[in-house]
Amino acid sequence: MENNVKVKIEDVTKIFGKNSKKAISLLQKGETKGEILKKTGSTIGVNKASFEIKAGEIFVIMGLSGSGKSTLVRMLNRLIDPTLGKIYIDGKDIVKMSKEELRKVRREKISMVFQKFALLPHRTILENTEFGLEIQGIDKAARKQRASESLKLVGLEGYENQYPDQLSGGMQQRVGLARALANDPDVLLMDEAFSALDPLIRKDMQDELLDLQSNMEKTIIFITHDLDEALRIGDRIALMKDGSIVQVGTPEEILMNPSNDYVERFVEDVDLSKVLTANHVMKRAEAVNVDKGPRVALQMMRDLGISSIYVVNKKRVLLGAVTADAAKKAVENNQPLHEILEETVTVSGDTLLVDLFDKVSTASIPVAVVDGEQRLKGMLVRGAVIGALAGNNENINSQTEIMETQKTEVLN
Amino acid sequence: MGNLFPKLPVADWIDAFVDWLTSTFEVAFDGISEGLEVVVDSLVAVFAFIPSFIFIILMTLIAWKLANKKIALFTLVGLFLVDNLGYWEPMLDTLALVLSAVIISIIIGVPLGIWASQKNTVKQIVVPVLDFMQTMPAFVYLIPAIFFFNIGVVPGVVASVIFSMPPTIRLTILGVQQVPADITEATESFGSTTAQKLLKVQLPLAMPTIMAGINQSIMLALSMVVIAAMVGAPGLGADVYRAVTQIQIGRGFEAGLAIVVVAIILDRITQNLGTKKQGGM
Repeated sequence: MENNVKVKIEDVTKIFGKNSKKAISLLQKGETKGEILKKTGSTIGVNKASFEIKAGEIFVIMGLSGSGKSTLVRMLNRLIDPTLGKIYIDGKDIVKMSKEELRKVRREKISMVFQKFALLPHRTILENTEFGLEIQGIDKAARKQRASESLKLVGLEGYENQYPDQLSGGMQQRVGLARALANDPDVLLMDEAFSALDPLIRKDMQDELLDLQSNMEKTIIFITHDLDEALRIGDRIALMKDGSIVQVGTPEEILMNPSNDYVERFVEDVDLSKVLTANHVMKRAEAVNVDKGPRVALQMMRDLGISSIYVVNKKRVLLGAVTADAAKKAVENNQPLHEILEETVTVSGDTLLVDLFDKVSTASIPVAVVDGEQRLKGMLVRGAVIGALAGNNENINSQTEIMETQKTEVLN
Repeated sequence: MGNLFPKLPVADWIDAFVDWLTSTFEVAFDGISEGLEVVVDSLVAVFAFIPSFIFIILMTLIAWKLANKKIALFTLVGLFLVDNLGYWEPMLDTLALVLSAVIISIIIGVPLGIWASQKNTVKQIVVPVLDFMQTMPAFVYLIPAIFFFNIGVVPGVVASVIFSMPPTIRLTILGVQQVPADITEATESFGSTTAQKLLKVQLPLAMPTIMAGINQSIMLALSMVVIAAMVGAPGLGADVYRAVTQIQIGRGFEAGLAIVVVAIILDRITQNLGTKKQGGM
């Protein structure tokens, strides 16, 4: 991912109500939302929010209803004007822009997808998708072509002449997405885009969004109240409470190091099996080079007190495993290691725990974790997997530990 | 109490105001008067130019196209009855009066409604004026209308406009403001100008509601025909009025029946116009 900043906001504040000047001064004195409401009658929608969003990133803003997330996202295209603060898109402060300049930004750089789809009921799917282009004054043939491509992208080919009310919720939101994509914006704002859909469709849409994103590399700002959704699709997550940003970080950082009690309470109900991966729970794997004989393997197993050991080649590519029994027989029959190899079950490091259970529980030899080139990275021990699930931090590797585990040298 | 606060001379003020209006804007009022008369007269001339049986067939076809078979059949039978009873020409006068009043209501009312829907201050001024227009008894402004526009069809049109315009304005405001917030937000988020938002989104979505308002205006204008007759407007209203003053129950009923026929035809056609647009197909 490139490291350039696409969207940057600084101290963005929104105060709803008449007495905003007084509210601002109180806010700057550090008074709480509740006190300000009592003294001025103004509500703090968003309180001095600051963050940077990198190009090509899916940035999730998460919070419960009333936390100010929808207000915040609407300030990013100025559907709501911020009371204070700066909003830079590609280094230009859109708060200072004239109506004319703002329209240009909205037409060319930033598109939005809405929770309740917000399609025009009197227009066909194609005409809905064309809407943004029509507003820009693009001629009919060109916009029809771009809209059709966009519809194809979201899998709605053949529905061009239907009307929105003839489509299911999931399909309507695809139209919403296609309409936003037809403009070919750099930044996509998605306000609770999947929240109105039922759970299965929602999951499909999340997958599809990730799929689309892998080809498009748009900067996506996604609003949700659903932590599972945030963890599934977010490259980084900003957690909001009472109008303030409480924590910004990768899903892992938020889960593993909640910055305060609020975040901790928020994340405590997370189904860890859908968040933790094999990398998080794997242990250092012991392996023997295939060129060594069964005698060495047996000796190692004795020293380590284990009943089987992985066999790798010089490049650490996993070839299989030998059990102590097999090794003993091989010593007696004078067989080389590669003749007595047993197949092992392997998984990649980013496999979610939920997908591991079956393999881990049925494997006779511990499941091995390998990288794309089949090189041995670690192993999964049943006890550690269960411990991690129970939220036992000792069984969860931090990012640095993962790096270290992977450095394990082949024992000789 | 009466001594403490002397009676406010509201009546004198209004008299003075009307006098001032008549003398100051005489030219303007004459112009409006002549203009309106030309409009109504030419409508009548066009209608009268068409032979009644062709007119009946035309109206039946229109009803069939815009509404349905049943209403087309009613139009055929109803208009034939009106012709048969001998009220064809008064009916054309009435039709011309109602249509001119409604057209003026639309020309003034729809833009005013759109303006009021966009600006709250405008709405705050317009709505009380509408209340005033609808509740003030029509006779009260019929008298100054005679001062301004003389006796005849014109004060009738003016009174009908005043009485029938409010629903068009009200329902235009309602229709535009009823457009769901997320749809207007979406429209803005794509960088539309105010005009684009209005023409491409708000008005099309408000159309069924606006049509309902126009339908109401037509009905109210029709309900004014008898009152318009009192200031000299020709038409079915004049027949009713004459029948009432001469206690001719039968003739009064006939003329009344003709009004009902026209009302039902206009109502059903315009109502279906609104619902057909709503489907968007």
